[in-house]
Amino acid sequence: MPRIYTSTAALLAAVLAPAALSAQLGSYNPPPGPQGTFAIRGARIVTVSGPEIASGTVVISGGKIAAVGADAAVPSGATVIDGAGLTVYPGMMDAGTSLGLSEIPQGAPATVDASEVGTFNPNAQAYYGVNPQSAHIGVTRVVGITHVLTRPSGGVIAGQAALLNLAGSTVPEMNLVQRAGLVIELPRSGFGGGRFGGGFAFQTAGNQQDVARTRTRQLDSLRAMLRDADAYQNVQDAYAKDRSLPRPKQDVVLASLVAAARGQMPVLFIADRAADIREAIAFADEMKLKPIIVGGRDAWQVASLLKQKDVPVLLSSVMDLPSREDDPYDVNFGAPSKLAAAGVRFAITSGDQGAEARNLPYTAGMAAAFGLSKADALKSVTLWPAQILGIGSRLGSIEVGKVANLVVTDGDLLEARTQTKHLFIDGRPVPLESKHTDLNDRFKDRP
Amino acid sequence: MRLPMNPILPRTVTRSLAALAALAPAMLAAQAAPVASKGPTLIKNATVLTVTKGTLQNTDVLLQNGKIARVGQNLQAPAGATVVDATGKFLMPGIIDPHSHMMSDAINEGSLSVTSMVRITDVLNPTAINVYRALAGGVTTINILHGSANTIGGQNATVKLKYGREADEMVFPGAPPGIKFALGENVTRKSRTSLPGGPPARYPTSRMGQEEVLRDAFTRARDYKASWDDYRRGGSKGVAPRRDLELEPLVEVLEGKRLVHAHSYRGDEMLMLLNLADEFGFKVKTLQHGLEGYKIASEIAKHGAGLSTFADSWSYKIEAYDAIPYNVAILTRKGVVTTINSDSDERVRRLNVDAAKLMKYGGLTEEEALKTITYNGAIQLGVQDRVGSIEVGKDADVALWSAHPLSVYANVDRTYIDGELFFDRQKDIAERDAKARERQQLERAEQQTPARQQRPAQPFIPNEERR
Repeated sequence: MPRIYTSTAALLAAVLAPAALSAQLGSYNPPPGPQGTFAIRGARIVTVSGPEIASGTVVISGGKIAAVGADAAVPSGATVIDGAGLTVYPGMMDAGTSLGLSEIPQGAPATVDASEVGTFNPNAQAYYGVNPQSAHIGVTRVVGITHVLTRPSGGVIAGQAALLNLAGSTVPEMNLVQRAGLVIELPRSGFGGGRFGGGFAFQTAGNQQDVARTRTRQLDSLRAMLRDADAYQNVQDAYAKDRSLPRPKQDVVLASLVAAARGQMPVLFIADRAADIREAIAFADEMKLKPIIVGGRDAWQVASLLKQKDVPVLLSSVMDLPSREDDPYDVNFGAPSKLAAAGVRFAITSGDQGAEARNLPYTAGMAAAFGLSKADALKSVTLWPAQILGIGSRLGSIEVGKVANLVVTDGDLLEARTQTKHLFIDGRPVPLESKHTDLNDRFKDRP
Repeated sequence: MRLPMNPILPRTVTRSLAALAALAPAMLAAQAAPVASKGPTLIKNATVLTVTKGTLQNTDVLLQNGKIARVGQNLQAPAGATVVDATGKFLMPGIIDPHSHMMSDAINEGSLSVTSMVRITDVLNPTAINVYRALAGGVTTINILHGSANTIGGQNATVKLKYGREADEMVFPGAPPGIKFALGENVTRKSRTSLPGGPPARYPTSRMGQEEVLRDAFTRARDYKASWDDYRRGGSKGVAPRRDLELEPLVEVLEGKRLVHAHSYRGDEMLMLLNLADEFGFKVKTLQHGLEGYKIASEIAKHGAGLSTFADSWSYKIEAYDAIPYNVAILTRKGVVTTINSDSDERVRRLNVDAAKLMKYGGLTEEEALKTITYNGAIQLGVQDRVGSIEVGKDADVALWSAHPLSVYANVDRTYIDGELFFDRQKDIAERDAKARERQQLERAEQQTPARQQRPAQPFIPNEERR
C-alpha cells in the first residue's frame, strides 16, 4: 500500500534524506587512541599561564597533564614523542559555534538541528543534538582546536550550550560540561534591530508600536519564567525537606531554568550593538543573572561598563565588515585590543556554525595584526575562554593536573601555514585525519 | 555568486545605514580623494616579493608614470619623488581577486537562464565603501562577475580599485571581456524553490537541463555566426543578419575573444562543460569555485582551464560537502593555473591569509601560494602582461605590508595602483578623529532640521523634468 504524505516537505524529507545524506555523513573522524602515559620531550612549551619553556618535557598520564618542565622526568613505560623543533601549546577552544548541530545548512535541512520551534526553549540542550560523527569535528580538531562551546540558536531562549571535547564516539565521551550556559537573545527594540529580530519585525509589523508591544510582552514572559523557575525550585526544596507537604508537580521547562535563574549557570546573551549589550547587562542586573555577552561587536564602545560589572565577552565579530559606512576599516579587527586595554575579559571565537570553526586561530591572529599582543591573542583562544566559562582550572593552559588537551606544532599556533604534528584530547592521541585528508588521499594521485 | 552561509545567527545589515544615507555623500567625499599625487614614488629598502622573479632583500622599487620603472639597490630618487622608507617591510604585487560582486548594484538578471546580453559594467557603483576596505587588504584588481542564477549569465567587468574615481576610470583598460556561466544548485534553485516564499521553478531544474541549455545556446550561436560569415563573404544577397545581443557574446566565446568564467562545484558538471566546450571548439578560461576540481584534475589540465576557488570553505551546501582545502595543491601539481578568490566583500580583505593556508594544506611553496592571489589571477583575467608581479614595465600596482604577507600578523601600510597611492594606513589613522567630529556635527545638524511631518508634502521631481 502506498504511503501518503501530508505535505511536500515530509515527502521530500522521506525521499531525500536517507538516500542523499546517510551515505555521506559521519564515519570520517577516526577514533582517538586510548589514554596512557605519553611524554613529549625536548619541545618548546608555551604554557600560556606561566613562562614559556625553551626546551622541556610534558608528561601526560591518565588523561591529565602529569608533569611539565625543563627537567621533567619521563616515566618508565611512557610513549616518548620527540619534540625537537616542535612547540607544545594547550589546545584551543572555540567558544562560539554550533559545531555538530548543523552539517549542511543550505538545502539539507534534515542535517540541521540547531534550533527548536517556539520562542522559549530553555530545555533544548545542544548536548542532545550534537552529531559526534560530524565531519566538521575531524576537520576542526586537526588545526589544534580541542574543545568547543556549541550552542543552539533562535527564539528568545534558544536553549543550553554544551562544552565538548572534539574526540569521542559518543557525546557523553566528549562531555566537559553538559549544561554550560543558557542562551538568551533579548527581543530588540526599534530601528536598527538585529538579526532575525527587530529589523525584520519592524518592516513586517508596519509600525514600531507593534514591535514594541511584542518586545514588552516577550520580556515580561522571560522575567516571569525566570521568577517561576526560582519559585518552582523553592517548592521542590521545601517538599524534599518535608514530605508531609503536598507533592509539587514536576516541570522540565522550569527545572531546566533554575540554575541560570539563580545565577549558578552563565547566561549567554547574544548581543552585538552597544544598546543591546547595555540592555543585556541591565536585564541581568535586574534578574540577578550571571551574564556573558556573545557576539559583542560593539563591546568596545561599552568597555567601561563591561569592566565595571565584570561581564565577559565571547567575541565573534573580529572578521565582520564594519557595520557603519564611515567606521574605520579596521574597527572590528581592532576591537580586541581595545577590550584588552580596558581590562574587559574576553575570548575570540569563530562565530561559525562549525565547518569554518577551524579559522579560529587566524581570527585571533588578525586581532594581533591590529593591536592585540601576540600573547593575548593566544590567551583569547585558550585560557580566557576556559576561564570565562568556569573551567579555567581544568583547561586552557599547560599545567599539572589539567585535562591533557594539547597540540604540538611546527610553528606559531596562530599562523595559517603552521602544521599540526601531534594532537591529544583528554589525554588520548588523536589521528590527524579528517574527511579532507581522506578525500585528498583518494584523489591526489589519480592519473 | 555564493549564497550566504547562514552564520550561526545571520546578521542583517544595520538599518542605521539607511538613516545615515543622507550623510553619506559628505562622508564619502572626505574619503574619496586619492591620498597622494601622481608624482614618482621610490620605495626604499623593502623585502620585495616579485612573485615571478623570487624574493629580493633590501631592494628599492621606483614607481613612475604609472609603471614599475626600476627595481634594484640604492636607486636614486628622481626629482619630485616621494621617498618611502620600507625598511623591515614587504612589498608585493597588488592582490587580484578573480571572483567578486563588489560595486554591483545588481548581481543577477535571474529571469532567464541565458542572459549573455546583460553587462556588469552598467551597474558599477564606484563609491562602494568596500572598495576602500579591499584596498586596505592590499587588493588592486578584481573580477566582478554576474551572479550564478543562470546557466549563461552576464558579462563581467575587470576593475582596478581606484576608489574615488568614476566607474569608467576603474575599468581595467584593455582587459579581455568575459562572461559568467553557472552550473549546479544555484541554477536549479531547488534548495529555495521548495521553501515558502521561494522563487518559482524555472528551466533548467537539473544538471541535464543545464547541459541542454548550453548546447542549445551554442548551437544557435554557431548558426548566428555562420549567417554573419555568409554575409561578410558576400552572401545573404547583401542583407545583414538581424543583430542578436544574446548570441553576440557567445560568438565571441566561439571565436576565443571572450573568456568563460564558469561557476561550478561538482566534478561531473565541470567535466560536462569541458567536454561540451571541446565539442564546440571553445576554451573555458576558469572554473569558478570548482570545489571538486581535484576529482578531475587531469581533465581540467588537459582542457587548459584555470580554476579559481575558496581556500577552505565547505559544507555550506550539499554540492560543497566534498570540498577540501587540498584542492589547489592537487590541481597545481597537475599544472592547472589556480587562484584563491573571495566571492565576498569581507573575505577579500584577507586573501593573504587564505593563500597561506595552501602551504598548510598540500604544501605549496611560498611563491606558489603568493601566485594564487597575484600572478595566476592575472593569467586567468588575461592581464598577466600588465599586473600580477613586480617586474619593470608592469603597472605600478603594489602593496606594502608591515610583515610577510603570508603571516596572520601582517597588515597593509600602503596600496598603490598605477603608481598612485590609494590607501595609506597612517593617513587613515590620522584622519579618524576629524572624521568622528564631522560625523557628530552632521548628526547634530540633522536633529536641527524641521520634523519630517512639518515639511510640505511634495513628490520628488528630478531637476531635468522640472525644466
